[in-house]
Amino acid sequence: MFNPLLETPVILCPQHAAENIGFKVQKFKVCVQSSASCDTAHTSYFHHIGMEWLETFWATYSTLVLSIGTNVLLALSIYLTLACGLLTVANAAFMGIGAYTAALLSLQSSLPFHLSLLLGALLPAAVALLLGPPTLRLSGVYLAMATLAFGEIVRIFLLNAEGLTGGALGLNGIPQHSQWFDVALALSGALYVLLRFAGSQIGRTMAAICQDETATELMGLNVRAYKLFAFVLGAGLAGLAGGLNAHFTFFISPNEYGFDRGVEILAMGVLGGTGSPWGAVIGGVLITLLPEMLRGLGDYRPLINGLILIIIIIYSPKGIWDLTRYLHRRAAVD
Amino acid sequence: MLQLSSIAKNFGGLLVLQNINLTVPERGIFGLIGPNGAGKTTVFNLITGLLAPTSGTVEFRGQPLNGLAPHRITRCGIARTFQNIRVFKEMTLAENVLVAIGRQDRYGAMDVLWPSARLRAAQQLERSEAKALLAKVGLADKAAILAGTLSYGEQRRLEIARALATTPKLLLLDEPAAGMNGAEKQQLMEEIVKLEESGLSILIIEHDMRFVMGLCRQITVLNFGRLIAQGTPEEIRANPAVVESYLGEESAEDGARVQGWS
Repeated sequence: MFNPLLETPVILCPQHAAENIGFKVQKFKVCVQSSASCDTAHTSYFHHIGMEWLETFWATYSTLVLSIGTNVLLALSIYLTLACGLLTVANAAFMGIGAYTAALLSLQSSLPFHLSLLLGALLPAAVALLLGPPTLRLSGVYLAMATLAFGEIVRIFLLNAEGLTGGALGLNGIPQHSQWFDVALALSGALYVLLRFAGSQIGRTMAAICQDETATELMGLNVRAYKLFAFVLGAGLAGLAGGLNAHFTFFISPNEYGFDRGVEILAMGVLGGTGSPWGAVIGGVLITLLPEMLRGLGDYRPLINGLILIIIIIYSPKGIWDLTRYLHRRAAVD
Repeated sequence: MLQLSSIAKNFGGLLVLQNINLTVPERGIFGLIGPNGAGKTTVFNLITGLLAPTSGTVEFRGQPLNGLAPHRITRCGIARTFQNIRVFKEMTLAENVLVAIGRQDRYGAMDVLWPSARLRAAQQLERSEAKALLAKVGLADKAAILAGTLSYGEQRRLEIARALATTPKLLLLDEPAAGMNGAEKQQLMEEIVKLEESGLSILIIEHDMRFVMGLCRQITVLNFGRLIAQGTPEEIRANPAVVESYLGEESAEDGARVQGWS
């Protein structure tokens, strides 16, 4: 049985995509005519072609799809602090701590995968719990600097603790334990919790802190505790994303968790918008897919990528989510 | 109810407040006046814990407030509004008030994660409380619009509603009438009297003399960080030191003729 997708180049550029579809339809007609004699053969044929299409798709794109999942988790992790008005860029480092913790446990112990993942989320959360109280006193660009410095410390530690982390060579041969349902479960769980938070007193307080910290404090709310909560939960989510990610990329190295990744995560949060966890979902998906969509542009890709970001920041400074918000805005008092 | 004892506050070499003794009794409306830069707002910042006094103590209902975090002081029963308005501009009026109402821990994190009947009931109660508070300051019909779109005077009234949502016993109002027209001021005076009748102590910083003299039982006057007079509106009006601090030495003799003072 032939598979149209196997015979076509896998390109996501719109122009080529149109050609692909035309190509498939043409082939399809031929097939349908040749096997039109029996209805049951018909359905099983379609069933079969569907399955095969899925298998091929998965073989080609599984890493991309799983990356969307973990990147959305990362975007949610930075949404938490951005929603409190905190510009922290330590999420890449927390992701790295989670990735190395989970990967090392998988490589060097017989712990079950999910327990390794859990520890990979708990360790960065514990680190955040220690890092938070001194750094969260800072705000604005000073907080960004402090968390940036922390990120560098983590990266340089991973680079130099060769006995433990393999240094610059990274960790190789991490078992590919992350299944689509692991990622889906982690993502939907995180999204559910954050959506529930967002619609409650917790989300309202975070938005209040973002707008005016002093006024929020004088409403009797423990601003520092809320900030620390957001920071620690964000670190846990980033660590979980790192652990999941390490278990489908096979290989990790310290430089994956440096400044570039930090900025990428920040871009997801800002692009999607911090008004709702859905903003983080939009940002995470877009930032992951954009380079793939623009693959046809070759070397011009980063250029267009940046241009799209600039346009969105200019026309919707509160992120893409903000464009839809006025449609969704429901009065708190009906 | 509130007692400031020999409070001093320095910013570096600048002596902002010196030897301030101030008592706010249970129930009643009290005024804190003085020329610009006299240190009035600093007094509010010291009471609410935003600043720590250099020396001296603040006590509220017998409990010392020194060293308590601002949110703890609010929970003790002190609420305030701000001279430079600090409403949450990108929230609706109702949300503004709900931020303060929701603190009361009617439900926990687990209730938030799983929508229970208890949570829905608590949230329903919060919403009706928010509505009632907005009605108290005459903003009930605007509950669903964004606070940033309100007029100056309305934002000041929203701040009062938000302060009331913390269920205070003492309310500190920092220039509540600034930016209001005559009719709005009159309405605000009536609202403040009603709040006092409901059992609150109220301390007001205000420059509008008619407003202060009309409302307050007792008035304290600050000038250059020192307490220069304390007494009833009549006593303050007749106090030469007060008139001098506002109008200068020469005017002091015929100061009573100046608008607002008589």
